[in-house]
Amino acid sequence: MSENLISVNNVSVNFDYQENFISKKQKIHAVNNINIKIKKGSFFGLVGESGSGKTTLGRAILGANKISSGNVIFHDDERDYDLTNINKQDLKEYRKKAQLIFQDPYAALSPRMTVRDIIAEPLEVMRITNSRQETDDRVRDIASKCRLNLEHLRRFPHAFSGGQRQRISIARALVSNPKFIVADESVAALDVSIQADILNLLKQLQNELNLTYLFISHDLSVVAHVCDIVAVMYLGHIVEMAPSRKLFQNPKHSYTKALLSSIPSIDPENKSKAIELKGEIPSALNPPSGCVFRTRCPNPCDNCRNGETEMGLIEVEPEHWVDQCCANCS
Amino acid sequence: MSNLLEVKNLDVKFDTDEGRITAVENISFTLQQGKVLGIVGESGSGKSVTAKSIMQLNPGNTFYNNNAEIILDNENTLNFVSKEDLRKIRGGKVSMIFQEPMASFAPAIKIGKQMIEQLLIHRDINKEDAKKISINMLNRVGIADAEKRFNQYAFELSGGMRQRAMIAMALSTMPKLLLADEPTTALDVTIQAQVIDLIKDIIREYQMGVIFITHDLGVIAQVADEVAVMYLGRIVEKGPVNEILKNPKHPYTKGLLEALPDINNLDAPLKPIPGNIPSPLDRPTACVFRTRCPNPCDDCREGKTEMGLIEVEPGHWVDQCCINCG
Repeated sequence: MSENLISVNNVSVNFDYQENFISKKQKIHAVNNINIKIKKGSFFGLVGESGSGKTTLGRAILGANKISSGNVIFHDDERDYDLTNINKQDLKEYRKKAQLIFQDPYAALSPRMTVRDIIAEPLEVMRITNSRQETDDRVRDIASKCRLNLEHLRRFPHAFSGGQRQRISIARALVSNPKFIVADESVAALDVSIQADILNLLKQLQNELNLTYLFISHDLSVVAHVCDIVAVMYLGHIVEMAPSRKLFQNPKHSYTKALLSSIPSIDPENKSKAIELKGEIPSALNPPSGCVFRTRCPNPCDNCRNGETEMGLIEVEPEHWVDQCCANCS
Repeated sequence: MSNLLEVKNLDVKFDTDEGRITAVENISFTLQQGKVLGIVGESGSGKSVTAKSIMQLNPGNTFYNNNAEIILDNENTLNFVSKEDLRKIRGGKVSMIFQEPMASFAPAIKIGKQMIEQLLIHRDINKEDAKKISINMLNRVGIADAEKRFNQYAFELSGGMRQRAMIAMALSTMPKLLLADEPTTALDVTIQAQVIDLIKDIIREYQMGVIFITHDLGVIAQVADEVAVMYLGRIVEKGPVNEILKNPKHPYTKGLLEALPDINNLDAPLKPIPGNIPSPLDRPTACVFRTRCPNPCDDCREGKTEMGLIEVEPGHWVDQCCINCG
């Protein structure tokens, strides 16, 4: 039995893009050559700016996006699922075991269904339960685990606040007894006071139900608090990956350093300037040659500036991986 | 120094199908030229409604109380009815930056045309000058290739650039008061840092007053001079930013600060504020915070106390109910 739940090997995801019907077909390289292993029971964080490919990677791991090259393997107790060539029957099985929690709790719940029906829908669609009684029991069980008031199950989503709605989304994701959860910006739309509550709930459910998370977020302080291991993405590449304490106390890549310094400090007297990154994230349609970060790097070496370096993670300290280009530059 | 803006005893109520609800209750604050007032609070606390009442942008079912005053430049803007008067506070003396820059530009009109249009309304200049001013302003906010961008549509710009263009447009009429409603919330941290620096530079250069609305206390710490913390339409605590963030007195302010994940202290547990913000339809009587207060006194629990700010230290105002409780 492997200690990893998910292995992502050399995965790339490309999208076809055509500006209009006469122009040339182009490829958008959304995710490039990613290798990650997600250990069983871990809280794996994925951070980066918008457009860095976090969500695409998350969806590829769930089998919701086509993988252009490489493979994703889900190690279940009895057998492995290889998502690149999976048949329909297996994909249905996989979907029971890997679920997604969305960002916006206002858009993710159908306004015409009661909370009970929303949570029960996965059970009915996947034909997990055989009788209404059984479905109801499962729904009530998971709803109380997610600290929802059982008397509220007959209500419609509009009667709930953002935090309660997010708990409903979590209950729906967990009702099929999955092992792996992708939480895509699941606290980004919430107020700080409720955000802390949802994060604590996710942690608690992880211990109770033996879950493994892929937690996608752009908020570094949230990731630092909940995740065991963190990967930083930039323009489709992972540029740094390490256990979260190591990453936040001793960042090696200049992009990670810039991200960390950009978090506004809560202390008004601490006016330390952010390491300013020039400009914005380039378009994924024509990413820079060589190191993708070189157009915004604060101190690129000559080779790097000319686009002659190659990207690839190297292990600078045990379990601390940094893109080789930046490790050589500075 | 005289006050640029003075808001006194403002109540805002909305008529809805379910009845009249209170969005803002008895709010008073002042703002001086060249200063930034930060307003923080959860969603639904009335931050945006407060800002919008300054420009009278709230919808038609809004009711203001009779003794409320919003005094800008010695005029009570709540009494403005005529188009000419309203124009003064909608883009002339007051400008606003919104959260979602994509939604605030007209999608089918070029950015340049939109900038010129509002300049011609608010300033007595011709088209040529308006174009010059607009391009200058775009340059000033750090947009490369300003002339090219001037002739583009909003969808052709990235999120950070759109927000810059929005700021350029809001500032080109030289307003005395800038209302910034969550201007950095939709942006990435690296772009957020750039936009915050830009706003700070511009405030210094033009000496305008700014009301900065956000739920991010880190952003407040970096931009604001004064802070007002709002909960369910009431200001529960206000004062200088240093004082409020380092020496908070109200349990709600303390709760907000404790709920914030601190990147320098990863071992600290995350502490949510217990309970949910009550629906405006069943607003607690007396102290609005009592349903979520960690240690309410007996009077408070029964709804016998009255709210009202008292000065606990020079410039630092806290709601009296919570001072007596805790």
